[in-house]
Amino acid sequence: MRQDVVAIVPAWNEAAAIGGVVDEILAFDPTIHVVVVDDASDDETASVAQRHGATVLPLLFNVGIGGAVQTGFRYARDEGYEIAVRLDGDGQHDASELGKLIGPVRAGEADLVIGSRFVDPGGTYRPPFARRMGIRVFARLVSLLGGQKVTDTTSGFSAMNRAGIELFALEYPHDYPEVEATLVALRSGLRLTQVQVEMRERQTGTSSITFVRSLYYIVKVMLALLVASLRRYPKLEAARR
Amino acid sequence: MTPIRASIAGAIASLILILVVVELVRGRRLKERYALLWLATGVVLLVLSIWRGGLNTIAGWLGVTSYPPAVLFAVATLFIFLVLLHYSTVISRLTDENVDLAQRIALLEERLSRERPPPREG
Repeated sequence: MRQDVVAIVPAWNEAAAIGGVVDEILAFDPTIHVVVVDDASDDETASVAQRHGATVLPLLFNVGIGGAVQTGFRYARDEGYEIAVRLDGDGQHDASELGKLIGPVRAGEADLVIGSRFVDPGGTYRPPFARRMGIRVFARLVSLLGGQKVTDTTSGFSAMNRAGIELFALEYPHDYPEVEATLVALRSGLRLTQVQVEMRERQTGTSSITFVRSLYYIVKVMLALLVASLRRYPKLEAARR
Repeated sequence: MTPIRASIAGAIASLILILVVVELVRGRRLKERYALLWLATGVVLLVLSIWRGGLNTIAGWLGVTSYPPAVLFAVATLFIFLVLLHYSTVISRLTDENVDLAQRIALLEERLSRERPPPREG
């Protein structure tokens, strides 16, 4: 099998978890090229990732999760990868589920596959009430503005083909990017599919969304969604195969 | 009618603003493109301070009958809003350019390390 899948893993101060994340991806499929985007970590994230066999893209200063992920998309675009998957560097995404995400992309059924915790109503993920409401409101709003029902817009666990890679290499929101990126994908005409995944509790570190920041998060994402629905995005019909 | 002292104070303040901006540009501590809005602010305020009849007329249009110099404050505030908004767009552009640079350097650094592996220690 030729090496045409790249795994993009943004990481900021994840030295304790990143080795395991890289190992898990390679255990799932050793032909996947693992690329860790080191968002100017203060710890040993970059060298640990490198020791475990990942390519490291070292950002000069901290640019935030969106800018970090986009570095990976630019790499995937420039190096000619056909499929990109994106996992978080903290280990909350289970690499053994990558098959479910890559499958529809490989089969040509979807341009972008997002791992959702809520496709199956019997899923085990039960976030605290406030977060559950937030996730639901964003999902409704993106469904409304994007014209397709989505259930989990805050998930960063995803797989995409060349059309998705090229779109996100050009257009990727900078902070709290997942919700807006979902809408950008829909408005650009990408065919989006969701598959049920489980996510683990964080193993180390803390979520980037603290209680204090959640208000900024909500307002920023709302504004970004409204603006995104007023913008024009490149239609990607031609990029499909 | 505008008190003569208010006109003089307004004229002096706008002159100082113009002189400071010109001096900053001369010393290359302020780029011309970012000085333009400040200079426009100074010139407009200077004109409205000296041209007392004009200020009264504009105040009349705006319905400010009791104290025409209030129009000076309004105009100054408007220009400060313009300058700040302009700077917000400049900061946004700089942020995007900065991120783009960091991303490019990361990609180039990775490519460089592939072509010329760093010397191993030990």
